[in-house]
Amino acid sequence: MGRRRPGSGEKLDFASLGRTLRLLAKFYPVMFPAVVFCILFSSAASAVPALFTQRVISIIKDYYPTQNWAAALPEIWANVRVLVVLYVLSLVSILLYTQLNAVMTQGFLSKLRKTMFSGMQDLPIAYFDQNRHGDIMSHYTNDIDTLRELVSQVIPAVLRSGSIVLVVFVIMVWYSLPLTAIVLVGVIVMMLISGKLGGGSAKYFISNQRAVAATEGYVQEMMAGQKVVKVFSHEAAAQVRFDELNEAQFENAFRAHAYANMLGPIIMNVGNLLYVLIAAVGGAYLLAGLPNPSLSGMALDVSILVAFLNMVKQFTGNINQLTQQVNNLVMSMAGARRVFELMDAEPEQDQGYVTLVNAEIAPDGTITESETRTGKWAWKHPHGDGTLTYTALRGDVRLLGVDFSYVEDKPVLHDVSVYAEPGQKVAFVGATGAGKTTITNLINRFYDIDDGKIRYDGININKIKKKDLRRSLGLVLQETNLFTGTLMENIRYGNLNATDDQCREAARLVGADSFITRLPDGYDTLLTNNGANLSQGQRQLIAIARAAVADPPCLILDEATSSIDTRTEAIVNRGMDQLMKGRTVFVIAHRLSTVRNADVIMVLDHGRIIERGNHEKLLAEEGVYYRLYTGAFELE
Amino acid sequence: MFAMIRRLGRCVREYKKPAILTVLMIVGEAVIEAIVPFVTADLVNRIETGIEMRQILLLGVLLFGLAFISLAFGGAAGYTSSKASAGFAKNLRHDLFEHIQTFSFANIDKFSSASLVTRMTTDVNHVQMAFMMLTRIAIRAPLMILFSIFMAYKMGGMLATSFVVLIPVLGFGLYWIAKKAMPAFRSVFKKYDKLNESIEENVRAMRVVKGFAREEYEKEKFAVAADDICRDFTRAERIVAFNMPLMQLCVYANMVFVLLVGARMVVTTGGSLLQVGQISAMLTYGMQILMSLMMLSMIFVMLTLSAEAAKRIFEVLDEEPTLRQPDDALFSVADGSIDFENVSFKYSQKAKRAALSGINLHIDSGMTVGILGGTGTGKSTLVQLIPRLYDATEGTVKVGGVDVRHYDLDTLRKAVSMVLQKNELFAGTIRENLLWGNPDATDEEIRQACRIAQADEYISAFPDGYEKMIEQGGTNVSGGQKQRLTIARALLRKPKVLILDDSTSAVDTMTDAKIRQGFRSDLPDTTKIIIAQRISSVQDADLIFVLDDGKIAASGTHDQLMQSSEIYREIYTQQTKGGEE
Repeated sequence: MGRRRPGSGEKLDFASLGRTLRLLAKFYPVMFPAVVFCILFSSAASAVPALFTQRVISIIKDYYPTQNWAAALPEIWANVRVLVVLYVLSLVSILLYTQLNAVMTQGFLSKLRKTMFSGMQDLPIAYFDQNRHGDIMSHYTNDIDTLRELVSQVIPAVLRSGSIVLVVFVIMVWYSLPLTAIVLVGVIVMMLISGKLGGGSAKYFISNQRAVAATEGYVQEMMAGQKVVKVFSHEAAAQVRFDELNEAQFENAFRAHAYANMLGPIIMNVGNLLYVLIAAVGGAYLLAGLPNPSLSGMALDVSILVAFLNMVKQFTGNINQLTQQVNNLVMSMAGARRVFELMDAEPEQDQGYVTLVNAEIAPDGTITESETRTGKWAWKHPHGDGTLTYTALRGDVRLLGVDFSYVEDKPVLHDVSVYAEPGQKVAFVGATGAGKTTITNLINRFYDIDDGKIRYDGININKIKKKDLRRSLGLVLQETNLFTGTLMENIRYGNLNATDDQCREAARLVGADSFITRLPDGYDTLLTNNGANLSQGQRQLIAIARAAVADPPCLILDEATSSIDTRTEAIVNRGMDQLMKGRTVFVIAHRLSTVRNADVIMVLDHGRIIERGNHEKLLAEEGVYYRLYTGAFELE
Repeated sequence: MFAMIRRLGRCVREYKKPAILTVLMIVGEAVIEAIVPFVTADLVNRIETGIEMRQILLLGVLLFGLAFISLAFGGAAGYTSSKASAGFAKNLRHDLFEHIQTFSFANIDKFSSASLVTRMTTDVNHVQMAFMMLTRIAIRAPLMILFSIFMAYKMGGMLATSFVVLIPVLGFGLYWIAKKAMPAFRSVFKKYDKLNESIEENVRAMRVVKGFAREEYEKEKFAVAADDICRDFTRAERIVAFNMPLMQLCVYANMVFVLLVGARMVVTTGGSLLQVGQISAMLTYGMQILMSLMMLSMIFVMLTLSAEAAKRIFEVLDEEPTLRQPDDALFSVADGSIDFENVSFKYSQKAKRAALSGINLHIDSGMTVGILGGTGTGKSTLVQLIPRLYDATEGTVKVGGVDVRHYDLDTLRKAVSMVLQKNELFAGTIRENLLWGNPDATDEEIRQACRIAQADEYISAFPDGYEKMIEQGGTNVSGGQKQRLTIARALLRKPKVLILDDSTSAVDTMTDAKIRQGFRSDLPDTTKIIIAQRISSVQDADLIFVLDDGKIAASGTHDQLMQSSEIYREIYTQQTKGGEE
């Protein structure tokens, strides 16, 4: 658990603190106040014994010259009895709040996690393109960890120490103003020292973070490139560089920790000094018989001094606690803010109202909606005047004069028009960054166009509910992403209602069945770590089977076969050909063998379609496609 | 556990002095802290019995001095312990890195690079924290307990018996809680890691999730897993939550006992056995002892968790490099001829399937050799045996007529230069990256290598030329450019054998042809081995091997293979039908 250290000079973020507390109160309207009450009560109970100590000692003082224990006992017992009752109550409340807090902490984190995760599912793809995955993940690990600390430790500690400091302060003022004044001066000195040392520590923690990042970066690079290091016998040189970085990290870590580690003992011992000072001054005070202004009006005597001395320890100890908790508080609030940032991220908007429904299509072409799965689908289109129309799902996709930019004023697509009739195969070819993937991102509305029109079966895709739109578009990407679970579950991901037989049928269709049945556990093979136990080609076949079981009228294949060698590709291609039959297909590939049998090939360059036509036509034109095909051009 | 600590202790090395100083000063601090309440009690008693001002001031000064010394000790211990622990961590990281450098490919395959990084960062941090705790609190807490009990007995007599009862109660209670909680936490942390892995999986696969409109499904799946974790976590936390009430129970019991019994002692003896001042001191000692016990239980938990980290670190340190330097190594390689005699290879002892079996081949020095075959047929494995990145499981691999196991490793790898399939560039300038090949290369040599690799032209077109910064992983140059740079880097070694493992896949066919042309004219004496997907890359080689299922299925020139090998013909027709891309 790499914990973020304080010291980026961050200030306490009160807005986030308020919001965290409100959330706690919202999730636990009874438990949270109960916990707070129990903490306050138990800490007050552990602060008041000073009063009883003073009384008991003063009784002792009265009786010990006579040595009459029998007479003293009832008086002492009367005080101790109250104390015992108080202690029992305090213990009960401590037991209660520690148990409740354990439940509340984990419950709160769990609710927060779920809120974050389900909120995240609704974020647009743009969010995931713009934020590094490591950064998103650290919301779930580092930031949640700081919040765990907040609820389970920081809040109770602040409440505890705060209330003890308050109660003790009142009692001190009750007993003696001058001594209290000395304590206050001492506390101010403690604050000054901790401010100074804390500042030094903060400074080094920043440079330490940088040094740590530098070493980590280097280690990461070297571990990833370890084989290259070997091949070039570069071990010694790598070690030298590492040792330099390691030394720098040591220097910074040493200084940062030195300040922090010196702070604790110094503050504690300043507390001790204060204790001694009070003892000496108090003693002198007693002897000299100076007046003792106080709330109680009591004269200073030994019983008060003894009680006071214990209070000094309690007071400074808890002040020390409080200053330490401030650091933790700042840290957890920074974590909370980052969690809120994720929770507050703008979800994907969907104003679509056209939905995809199961349909019966009569011989005369009239469409009626069906409750059960018919294998036929239609777009259900409610109109402003309350009428409903149904349009058969055919897979006719048209882009008309589409402009698009990811970042304003940096256009990626200019005036792109594509006509894909049902059952046609449309291929996009072009260099990296030419805009091939962008076009498919627009069709399934991962991004929305700036200008132009996209029509699906004649319907403006902005009117179609995103989920239904995407359901009608199968997706196979270059980077195969499989989920932890069985192979069968991974195929079923395409259609959660598919039976085992339907999944097997889909695998058979795309040619994945033969390798799956040869696995020792067949379809029950457990996939972990993105299917690391399978070959690249096998993973890709599962991704294709997943798209097949969804049985969409329209398919998007984005570099689906580019990381497979040509022999394996031949096998995968047979599966693909089966899958593509009768569907509208958009293919992106840099291997031209994959696209040559397309109905239309679009050659893209810097966001414009510069050539279009089938393979023969484009070769005859002897343009860019021709040069690519003959190997005169480098793609990538 | 102790063997582990002793082994880790060896990493302290030059930081022994601050480490020992820390311990000494902590001892000093603890002693003084145990004395202070004793003296204070004396002071209070003197005030009570009404002794003159001078003595009070004297005691006051003494106490002040003690507190100052304690402050100095504590502060200095903070300083030295930071130095010792940071130094210890530095040495541990150094040892780890150094040991990893001795790893062979087989060793590297065993650990993923991510897991090695975690061991060198997070795990070392855990151990460093444990080290700091051990030198400070683990020394301080037991001492505090001992000294406090001693002092308490010295002045409180039988009043100190409460400690004798309370310490075992609390100690045993805390131990029991820690013992119960630890396995619960350990298992829940494992689950927690799994949960986070599944989140990562979801984030990575977001296009698939959205593409199949599976948002709701993912939410439900996650909620189940999150609830499960929550249950287990709560159970573990609730066990630990008993620490606090138990501790408070002891504090309270001590308080009541001291007040009642102490009062009785003072009153009945008329202050001769015990005085008022001591009561307050006894309360202070009680607090100190119980706090120290609490600290000990905390450390106990922390150390056990750090032990897991230490275990992972030792896994790396204990990993024996599978390749050994020969005792009387040869320091020169005669020529670039290569022989495989009955070579078989398995990636691990347990592997059922051999990656290579029964390979026999001979390559003359200076030949151009092509190797073809589908993925997983053993092409990369075969060439990696030549520079001894792995050792053959059976049979002999020879370079220059001598078994590769007889060469000095550096000598062999300098003579056999290899461009890996997964080639890496490192953060730094283009020149710095190229110098990996030969640190002493002149500018002209660098340019010459780049000219052969067809990289000079595009490098010169960069505004910064050879000084252009390459980002980590080489992400700011295209795939084809990266491949040509790695070829140039390998050429700078002036090898006797040059191996390209699918290293021109992203280079266009014309440039690819030019590179091969350059090899032919500029490196006539170097043996060139080219693994390729494209038949055009190997078509004009002197000798082509076709691999299938870890065996040589066919060998010969292009024309011979077109006649004799069905696999070769199949690849050929498929690629020419599909165009030469």
